[in-house]
Amino acid sequence: MADYSWPEADRRGQIGRRPARLDGPVKSTGFARYPSDQNPPGLLAAKILTCPHAHARVVRIDTSAAEAIPGVRVVHVIQGEGSEIQWAGDEVAAVAADTEDIARDALRALQVEYEVLPHFVTEKHRDRAPAAQPGSERTDGDPDAAFASAHRTVEQTLGMPQMAHMCLEPHGQVAAWDGDELEVHASTQAVSTLAGQFASELGIPATQVRIRTEYMGGGFGSKFSPDRWGIVGAELAREAGAPVKLFLDRDQEVSVAGSRPSAFARVRVAADEQGKLVAWDSDSWGSGGLPGASQTPLPYVFSRLPNRRLRHTSVPTNLAGSRAWRAPNHPQACFLTMASLDDLANELDLDPIEFLDRNLEFTGRADVYREELGIAAGMAEWKERWQPRKRSRDSALQRGLGVSIHTWGGRGHASNCDVTVHPDGAVEARLGSQDIGTGTRTIVAQVLAETFGLELPQVRVSLGDNRFPQSGPSGGSSTVGGVCASTRRAAQDALREVLTRVAPRLEADPEQLTAAGGRVFVEGEPSRSMSWTEAASRIGGAPVSAQGRNPGPGRLISSGVGGVQIAEVEVDMETGVVQVKRMIAVQDCGLIVNRRLAESQVYGGLIMGVGYALFEEWIPDPVTGRLLNADMEFYKLAGLLDVGSLEVHMMTGPGYDERGVIGLGEPPVISPGAAISNAVANAIGVRVPWLPLTPDRVLDALAGRGGIA
Amino acid sequence: MRPFSYAAPATVEQAVSLLEVEGSEVLAGGTDLLSLLKDDVEQVERLVALRGIEDLSGIDASGGRLRIGSMTTLQELRDHAAAMAAVPALGFAIDGVASAQLRAMGTVGGDLLQRPRCWYYRRGFGLLALGPDGRSMVEAGDNRYHAIFPEGDARFVSPSSLAPLLVALGAEATVHGPDGERRVPVEALYRTPRAEGERENTLGPGELLVEVTASVGAARSAVYEIRQRRSLDWPLMAAAVSLYGELPLVDRARIVLGHAAPTPWLAAAAGDLLAGRELTPEQIVEAAEAAVEGARPMSGNRYKMQLAAVAVRRALLRAAGMEA
Amino acid sequence: MNGAVRRLEVEPRVTLLDGLRDVLDTTGPKKVCDRGACGACTVLEDGQPIYACSRLLIESAGRSITTVEGLGSPEAMHEVQRAFVENDAQQCGYCTPGFVVATAALLARNPAPGEEEIEAGLGGNFCRCGTYMGIRAVVAGPGQAGGDGGGNVGG
Ligand SMILES: Cc1cc2nc3c(=O)[nH]c(=O)nc-3n(C[C@H](O)[C@H](O)[C@H](O)COP(=O)(O)OP(=O)(O)OC[C@H]3O[C@@H](n4cnc5c(N)ncnc54)[C@H](O)[C@@H]3O)c2cc1C
Ligand code: SF4
Ligand code: FES
Ligand code: FES
Repeated sequence: MADYSWPEADRRGQIGRRPARLDGPVKSTGFARYPSDQNPPGLLAAKILTCPHAHARVVRIDTSAAEAIPGVRVVHVIQGEGSEIQWAGDEVAAVAADTEDIARDALRALQVEYEVLPHFVTEKHRDRAPAAQPGSERTDGDPDAAFASAHRTVEQTLGMPQMAHMCLEPHGQVAAWDGDELEVHASTQAVSTLAGQFASELGIPATQVRIRTEYMGGGFGSKFSPDRWGIVGAELAREAGAPVKLFLDRDQEVSVAGSRPSAFARVRVAADEQGKLVAWDSDSWGSGGLPGASQTPLPYVFSRLPNRRLRHTSVPTNLAGSRAWRAPNHPQACFLTMASLDDLANELDLDPIEFLDRNLEFTGRADVYREELGIAAGMAEWKERWQPRKRSRDSALQRGLGVSIHTWGGRGHASNCDVTVHPDGAVEARLGSQDIGTGTRTIVAQVLAETFGLELPQVRVSLGDNRFPQSGPSGGSSTVGGVCASTRRAAQDALREVLTRVAPRLEADPEQLTAAGGRVFVEGEPSRSMSWTEAASRIGGAPVSAQGRNPGPGRLISSGVGGVQIAEVEVDMETGVVQVKRMIAVQDCGLIVNRRLAESQVYGGLIMGVGYALFEEWIPDPVTGRLLNADMEFYKLAGLLDVGSLEVHMMTGPGYDERGVIGLGEPPVISPGAAISNAVANAIGVRVPWLPLTPDRVLDALAGRGGIA
Repeated sequence: MRPFSYAAPATVEQAVSLLEVEGSEVLAGGTDLLSLLKDDVEQVERLVALRGIEDLSGIDASGGRLRIGSMTTLQELRDHAAAMAAVPALGFAIDGVASAQLRAMGTVGGDLLQRPRCWYYRRGFGLLALGPDGRSMVEAGDNRYHAIFPEGDARFVSPSSLAPLLVALGAEATVHGPDGERRVPVEALYRTPRAEGERENTLGPGELLVEVTASVGAARSAVYEIRQRRSLDWPLMAAAVSLYGELPLVDRARIVLGHAAPTPWLAAAAGDLLAGRELTPEQIVEAAEAAVEGARPMSGNRYKMQLAAVAVRRALLRAAGMEA
Repeated sequence: MNGAVRRLEVEPRVTLLDGLRDVLDTTGPKKVCDRGACGACTVLEDGQPIYACSRLLIESAGRSITTVEGLGSPEAMHEVQRAFVENDAQQCGYCTPGFVVATAALLARNPAPGEEEIEAGLGGNFCRCGTYMGIRAVVAGPGQAGGDGGGNVGG
């Protein structure tokens, strides 16, 4: 059987280099056409009317005034009379019209009468929740005995609210029918799986649905399904007999199109005199809107801690259901755990890095963490610069350092890839994957070029179309592994076929032949060679093609990574304003295909992390049940100079490369909340029990008030 | 946005006569007004665009007076060397709007007359945001960014960064209307609405703001705004101060808070405390504390009292050249 | 617009952004917040960076509008656009057109901006994917941070 593997370090032409993103030029010139940029002839604009109440029943809808407006093509009731609405922002009706302004006129003309029902949106008060769902208690070992004999114990309540995905391209699509064939330009993370979902909702065979996503403006876990607005958009287009563009407005995007569940917990954790963890007890709760929220993996990373008790209560609220948010559940578990451990280290008078180090046996990957902690500490000059928590308030500005560690899987998803070698030497890979900004297109091209010994301009990658071989959704850091493995297998097979056909010409066995540097030659005898173009011209009149799939044979990918982050902050003790000065990320991810893109992923994770550590939160209004900051003004993303200086160290080389390709989208976003919170505690001498670390919360903590309800 | 008509008068007089018609509204840079129209918070039948009236832009900083036309953009003002030399604090105030685009579009008049950002107002619940039971939604709801000096039923805060400074400088506003021109102190542009439907400014039908003027040189002024982000962000609290006299001797001081009350909030007692005395760090602290006396915070904005005291102290230190 | 004269008739309420995207099919400028708070719609009006979502199209009549497409094309990129590619200052790329235009405006005003000028010039643009390191390297200019997106301004 064929041997599928990556070339040894000294034979890599493309892998591990840092070529620029292939779609950089079209993106930075505005020539890239995103789904929201599609303007086919005859296009109609659609807008959605949403419910302004968090809980209500639709009593009456009158569409006649809207329908009478010139330029209005279709008015479509989504949730008609009698429907119970469970969150503000839920879709009630949609309109397709000649222009967006006319569609909005029609929304205003729709008359909807609601019976307003009681709502609950403030899950931090779980005692007031009408439908809290306490789970069963889980106990391992003997936590009570361990706590009783422990040397030091800390106990406190910590929490972080729900936050939004805030994709800059809102959710939506342009849907166009040609007879009973549907084409959808969708802003999606799941090109290959969307068609079936559209088809079953619309009652047509999946073969009649084409999905196109050449570019898309961010998903972060929120764009895996057609969603109701997708189906409605297609229905409007069918009824109107014209293409329909339907993208959410920003307030809708923030309110209904993706949020991360909140997490609160009363945590008790204890250590012995040697600074070894002995027991964990957490009583956690959280909400992902109407569906509530499941237990996060506690205690995080230190999952082998023997004595522990876990309780969790899921708290449903009248808010739209949460979606997978980059590293689902991990940032929450990481904050609850690492903040608690940091406070315990402080109780023990231990340097937190030393404390983590002493307990690495409770993690799954002690050696990796130990090495990474050492590197991160070195980069931060931790030994020289770290000081125990400050008690003095000698000056208004106080600096502090904090650390956190995290883990993730990242195994490649199911993927199929078609590789074709044309007689003119052109090489193409086609796969029903998508580039959501991570650089998938570029990485597949590198794998192709690597395999055929070519340069990037000589290969072509076609993705973003469900007519190509099906490939998994981009989620869970699974894309890079999946597409690299399927592409490599297909490419190696196609190359083998080419070599078999040209071998007689070079009077060699195919196994003796190598493709590198744009030539095909006999291994060890470079003079017995021909150019790639010549080789390709000898394959015959028809192209050679091969299919590769993942999972499959060979050691191309694996999973399981660890990372360490250190944050340095400066806190204005008088205003409570926190500035992140510096973030250090040390991360492993197996064999790195493109160093530049890998670093960009980590920078991106750190930046998003600073966002939710300092600024980002959903603010639901207890009075109206609506989000008060469903905008980009009071829902605050981190800006260019809000994130401090960022330094990334990737673990590569022997010991890492052999593991094959592992995903990197999620891991770097997990630790920032914990690391920054720990740095703030280090700077100001007390724990701020909340994320994000807004000035009001910092000042409350400094004043000894404002615990979590 | 609902449909509206658009008029582009060439003179102030034309603008006034257009504005006299009910349903007309001034369009300056549009950065605030268009958002209000998109959110259907305000409705207009006609926009009267001032962009074509040349007389309304321009800056004159000579003879101890500063005159700024209302249609001058924030960036034009920031780039005006003589104006910045006359009142360096203006530069700080403008830089707080950390967006080149907003500074290039937003006008001085628009900044002064921009509408409050209260999230209940912006969601259509009115400036006073009284619930069906007549009680304040702000009190019962989330008021982290709201007033610590509420007045009547009003709990929104005055958003302008320029207003506190111009009030502290004792600047005057020239308003043109059907009855001709009137000049009022900048603080008289503002009022607290007593009933829903009333505005927070005192411009009457057909009136528009033509320019602001201030005498400069007599006072040392400074602003200090506290923001969470360095990128575009609203201040959580802002203070502007003007110190008159031969420092360290203070004859008279004007201390004005922004983002603290429905109008630019003149902290008269704090200013009086400094008057006729020599300025010391201790007095600055006293004045800062006096500035928040009488504050009535709500459930979620107590921290803003501390921010107000800090902003006043730091503004005073900056004005006095005593910054650390 | 972008060097050509375009004539069109729209209602007064049509914003410059909607006119560009929906009527003129010029889709480089993006509609993200539509409220003057994110920067994705940035274009140049008479050389000044503005939020196209917050300008009525009729107010731009008779003025020169430059969108990101007007700065350069994939085959002939503006130097700022090339620097965005070289420094990997884009991931999903949806914020990129606005950042490119704002950066071009900033560097035209000041070829070597300090931290405060960067804040003033780019504080009104936001990215969700987190491309700020690359953008800082673009602003820092060639030679200062290398082509790796490793600029360490800020901090
Ligand atoms: C995210 C964000 C953050 C911001 N941060 C700040 C900040 O920190 N500090 C700050 O000061 N501003 C801030 N701004 C507001 C910005 O400065 C204003 O939007 C701008 O100054 C308004 O000016 P404009 O000319 O565009 O006004 P327009 O939108 O044209 O007008 C605003 C209002 O004033 C009226 N008006 C304007 N000019 C006149 C006149 N001459 N006579 C009579 N009425 C008039 C209009 O009718 C309208 O009601 C921020 C805005 C945003 C979106
Ligand atoms: S992979 Fe992760 S970031 Fe990415 S889509 Fe998921 S949850 Fe998301
Ligand atoms: S879309 Fe114009 S600033 Fe956000
Ligand atoms: S690159 Fe995706 S939002 Fe900036």
